[in-house]
Amino acid sequence: MSDNFERFTNCAVDVLSVDADQVVLDATFESLDADSLDLVELVMALEEEFDVNVEEEELDGVLTIQAAYDLILSKL
Amino acid sequence: MSRVVLVTGGNRGIGLATAKRFQASGHQVAVTSRSGTGDDLDGLFVVKCDVTDSESVDAAVSEVEESLGPVEVLVSNAGITRDGLVLRMADDAFSEVLDANLTGGFRIARRVVKKMMRARWGRIVFVSSVVGLGGQAGQANYAASKAGITGLARSLAKEFAGRNITVNVVAPGPIDTDMLAALSDAQRTAMLDMVPIGRLGEPAEIAAAIEYLASEDAGFVTGTVLPIDGGLSMG
Repeated sequence: MSDNFERFTNCAVDVLSVDADQVVLDATFESLDADSLDLVELVMALEEEFDVNVEEEELDGVLTIQAAYDLILSKL
Repeated sequence: MSRVVLVTGGNRGIGLATAKRFQASGHQVAVTSRSGTGDDLDGLFVVKCDVTDSESVDAAVSEVEESLGPVEVLVSNAGITRDGLVLRMADDAFSEVLDANLTGGFRIARRVVKKMMRARWGRIVFVSSVVGLGGQAGQANYAASKAGITGLARSLAKEFAGRNITVNVVAPGPIDTDMLAALSDAQRTAMLDMVPIGRLGEPAEIAAAIEYLASEDAGFVTGTVLPIDGGLSMG
């Protein structure tokens, strides 16, 4: 597991109250019981962790861990 | 259960009465004021905060979090008046009152709600005014700000209901505080004529309602506006 994905996973575990082994790339936020508020909260935590900025409209269509992770990686 | 309570504008009037009431019930209470001081604040954790400045709001809440823990109950009470008839009201008199009374409430709520979300428990009570319901000649700015609080509070109530955070509004009528003491005798008399109960309210009577809305018992009450006004509005 890459260091970045480990940091991402730690944020997700913390914010979404899920187990680390549930944080896999093809998991959907729906399957993790995360609603839009959870997603915003997760993104805020990721912004802090990775020191990046995510605009509100970039969250459109972010439905999976893969999409969220790619979005953060694209900022690094 | 002891909670961490933050009251903005808690150094006098309704804010101070509310802080004292929570304190008497065994909660840990922080109050903000613009000067960082106030009368009779024994045992209250006082922080300096200008609600018109997001950085100041952030610093004040951080100070409370470090000393008392995450804010669980927010009473957004800080407010100012700059009365005048619309024809003679300058733009800045309008926007300054909106910025303090309405946007100030938004800033402080936004700052504290994140931790409430994580805790899956929170109570936010906004102090509005009866003039936000019925309007008031000479107070277009103040009335607009207080009416705006209702829309803000109800939107927050909907956004955060799923996180067990309730958001409510109290709408005091004429209350015996410094803010009212600034009125002329004629204005006071005219105001009392409109109050069926025929007297000014006491800050403690507002505090009691706020404590209820912040209580465990009020968990099913959200998005409501509670007038406490001697029957003035009968809303």
